[in-house]
Amino acid sequence: MDQVIFWAAAIVAALAALRTVTLRHPVSAVLHLIVTLVALAVLFLQLSAEFIAMLQIIVYAGAIMVLFLFVLMLLNLRKDEFGSDEIPGVKFLGGLLAIVLLVEFLAVFSSGGADVSPMPEGFGGIRTIGRLLFSKYLLPFELTGLLLLAAGLAVIVIAREKSPRQTEDM
Amino acid sequence: MTSLIWTIPLWPLAGFLLNGFFGRRWGKQSTGMIACGTVAVSFAISAAAFLSLLSREPRQIIQTPFLWIGVEDFRASFSILFDPLSAVMVLVVTGVGFLIHVYSIGYMGHDPDFSRYFAFLNLFVFFMLMLVLADNFLLLYVGWEGVGLCSYLLIGFWYKRESAARAGMKAFIVNRIGDFGFAIAIFLIFTTFGTIGFQQVFAAAPAVAGIAGATITAICLLLFLGATGKSAQIPLHVWLPDAMEGPTPVSALIHAATMVTAGVYLVARCSALFALSPVAMMTVAIVGAATALFAASIALVQNDIKKVLAYSTISQLGYMFLALGVGAFAAGIFHLMTHAFFKALLFLGAGSVIHALSSEQDLRKMGGLRHALPITFRTFLIAALAISGIPPLAGFVSKDEILWKSFSSPVGHWALWAIGSLTALLTAFYMFRLVFLAFYGEKRYADDIHPHESPASMAIPLIALGILSIAGGWIGWPGALGGGAWIEHFLEPVFAQADAALQLGAHTASRTAEYALMGTSVLVALIGIVWANRWYVHNPAAAEAMQRRLAGFYNVLANKYWIDELYDSTVVRPLIVLGTRIYRRFDLGVIDATANGVATTAQQAASEGVALATGRFRWGAVTFALGCVIGVGWLLFVFVDG
Amino acid sequence: MLPVPLSHYLILAAVLFVIGVVGVISRRNAIVVLMGVELMLNAANLLLIVFSRVHADHSGQAMVFFALTVAAAEAAVGLALLVAVFRRKGVINVDALNVLKG
Repeated sequence: MDQVIFWAAAIVAALAALRTVTLRHPVSAVLHLIVTLVALAVLFLQLSAEFIAMLQIIVYAGAIMVLFLFVLMLLNLRKDEFGSDEIPGVKFLGGLLAIVLLVEFLAVFSSGGADVSPMPEGFGGIRTIGRLLFSKYLLPFELTGLLLLAAGLAVIVIAREKSPRQTEDM
Repeated sequence: MTSLIWTIPLWPLAGFLLNGFFGRRWGKQSTGMIACGTVAVSFAISAAAFLSLLSREPRQIIQTPFLWIGVEDFRASFSILFDPLSAVMVLVVTGVGFLIHVYSIGYMGHDPDFSRYFAFLNLFVFFMLMLVLADNFLLLYVGWEGVGLCSYLLIGFWYKRESAARAGMKAFIVNRIGDFGFAIAIFLIFTTFGTIGFQQVFAAAPAVAGIAGATITAICLLLFLGATGKSAQIPLHVWLPDAMEGPTPVSALIHAATMVTAGVYLVARCSALFALSPVAMMTVAIVGAATALFAASIALVQNDIKKVLAYSTISQLGYMFLALGVGAFAAGIFHLMTHAFFKALLFLGAGSVIHALSSEQDLRKMGGLRHALPITFRTFLIAALAISGIPPLAGFVSKDEILWKSFSSPVGHWALWAIGSLTALLTAFYMFRLVFLAFYGEKRYADDIHPHESPASMAIPLIALGILSIAGGWIGWPGALGGGAWIEHFLEPVFAQADAALQLGAHTASRTAEYALMGTSVLVALIGIVWANRWYVHNPAAAEAMQRRLAGFYNVLANKYWIDELYDSTVVRPLIVLGTRIYRRFDLGVIDATANGVATTAQQAASEGVALATGRFRWGAVTFALGCVIGVGWLLFVFVDG
Repeated sequence: MLPVPLSHYLILAAVLFVIGVVGVISRRNAIVVLMGVELMLNAANLLLIVFSRVHADHSGQAMVFFALTVAAAEAAVGLALLVAVFRRKGVINVDALNVLKG
């Protein structure tokens, strides 16, 4: 049963990802990305990372992707239709590099295995991770807070409407 | 009060800092008071410490406020040794120093760089006190270098005058040669004894001498090399006459009473080492005697009042080394003390004359000043009598002691005594030549100069030093004349180890001989004075006639035996040529070329690399992917087998 | 025990990553490029979770936590930049972003 879940989620994730980068309409691309993220969340659940899985759905799929959608609506784009690539053949080059990269990855990944350690009680639960975040990783935790604050400020400053006076000196 | 001994050097240091930073802002009166005040405080503490020393057994106080360097086996502390020797030195430095500070207020009163002067003067006193209070070689070396630095700063005080700037450099560089020898000596001491503290080294010295006597000799000779540099003995004496470019109080303090005596102090402090090396002792005595005669001969024909005194200082320092070399350590230090009194007085008096004559220093353009400058004249006369060795003034007692000991000591020699006596004759002669030319006879200076006596700030130190020049010798009044030779007994514990090594106590010379020699030295002095009187007061023509008759001889003396010229041609010029060549070939050619070359190459590479930064997004993306490929590929090759 | 052998997860992660790379290079729409970046991040997250499970060490999940947060911040700022660029140029064609010449 577990295997079935894995294969289902994996194939869905891969296919949805592929369609994300190939579809013309950006909104469709976003929706497919959301599918990928949810599929990955399923995999996380299967790997006993319940807390992270929930975070993935709430934050990633639920907030970030929604943000993407908002911006898309704000920019009011239609289909992806403007001119040709500046560098001719870049798509071909991209595909080539991708294949090379894939081959390399496969070569690296198939070479090793690892023994799976037994799993302690409460693994992946919010309590354990919470404890970890507030002890061993306290500093990064706090810094992340600062980071988000900075990001929030940056977004406000960068994206606000310029007042009519300011547009001259830009 | 004695717990404050370690602060003695620090008061003048504070004076330096205060006057250095705020002197200009606070005005001349504050500057003068701070500068003199700090030295006075040091003197007070020193006096109190000296008194407490008299009632103490053993006669020494050691204070170690803190450990300065502690690396593996090497330990150097900021450690103070206060024993009879350092007591004498400290009292001389702070006492005479204080008088000179007061004098300087008057002498430098019109100088715009008043505060800088006093800052440097205080700094000098600090370093000198560090030098004499140090309990180990390294701390002494700090003071040693420091006084050299201050000497440079003060000689070149009027730096806008090229001759002054050059004189400062010359002093510093010549000193450096001596300092180099000193430094090597310290290295040798450390490798031989494993420590650089005085107590430990001197205690271990006899044992080491038994095994490695040559090392002790080498150490002593190198120390003496340093001493010749600092105390202007042959062959490193050449800087002192040029140092007269500095203000006269500086000459009085640094180049008469204190800095130049650092070499004498060093040898005296290391008496325990020197006593173990007959070669070193003989070297010191011979160099001292030779320098004394050599310098006195040059002083005979100098026409600049300060130059006469400069050579006189070199000559008297020679006496001190002569004393040390024949084992009469206490006598050498005693002469150091009395010489500080009357030489400082002579310099300050000369300063008074120069000041009165609006900066005239040529003896040929003076004359008849005894009426216009009564206080200056009288004190100057006292000093001249003292240096000539007329009893019962200070100079007589100390110089006579030296001459006697050079004859009677088991490591002395009658030839040394003869040179010393001849020098005494010349000393009396050139000194009174100066007195007669400056103060007697018809006035030879310009008509628009109206000499007037100096202000109180200058006159009072003169009087004080005059009293010291008369009475200063009485603390060492010899037993042969009914005195208690107090100072010799006071200094005994310091030199006990050396005395034992030289077996000085075993030999007692005859009283008769002592009286005979004493009479001879007084006679010799009187001959010199009378002779000078004959030539410069009554019969100037005779002097000129002699000058023409012995023209060749005169020329040699007037040109200082051409030593400066010799050094210039054999050492200075070749070094300058070598330096220029190295500069061109190596500094410009290699180092600059490399540095500039690197910069140019980086620039070229950068401008070519700039082409990569196209600013186009696509390129960036492709490069990123390429980087990924390379990165994972590297992983593949490094970490994966097969 | 893992449902499937470890290598399957690794291959999946590799595939997702490569797809992301393709998206970044090949697409002209800047928003899609950003989504490619998000794909790559998720591939890395997957790997972290897998190995966290393998070694029974929570640190991997903690790192994913942080990666998630940073990805959020990055996406937000990136989109804000795109909005600003759109206001100036009227398009968000990545080829139009060529002002930063060296």
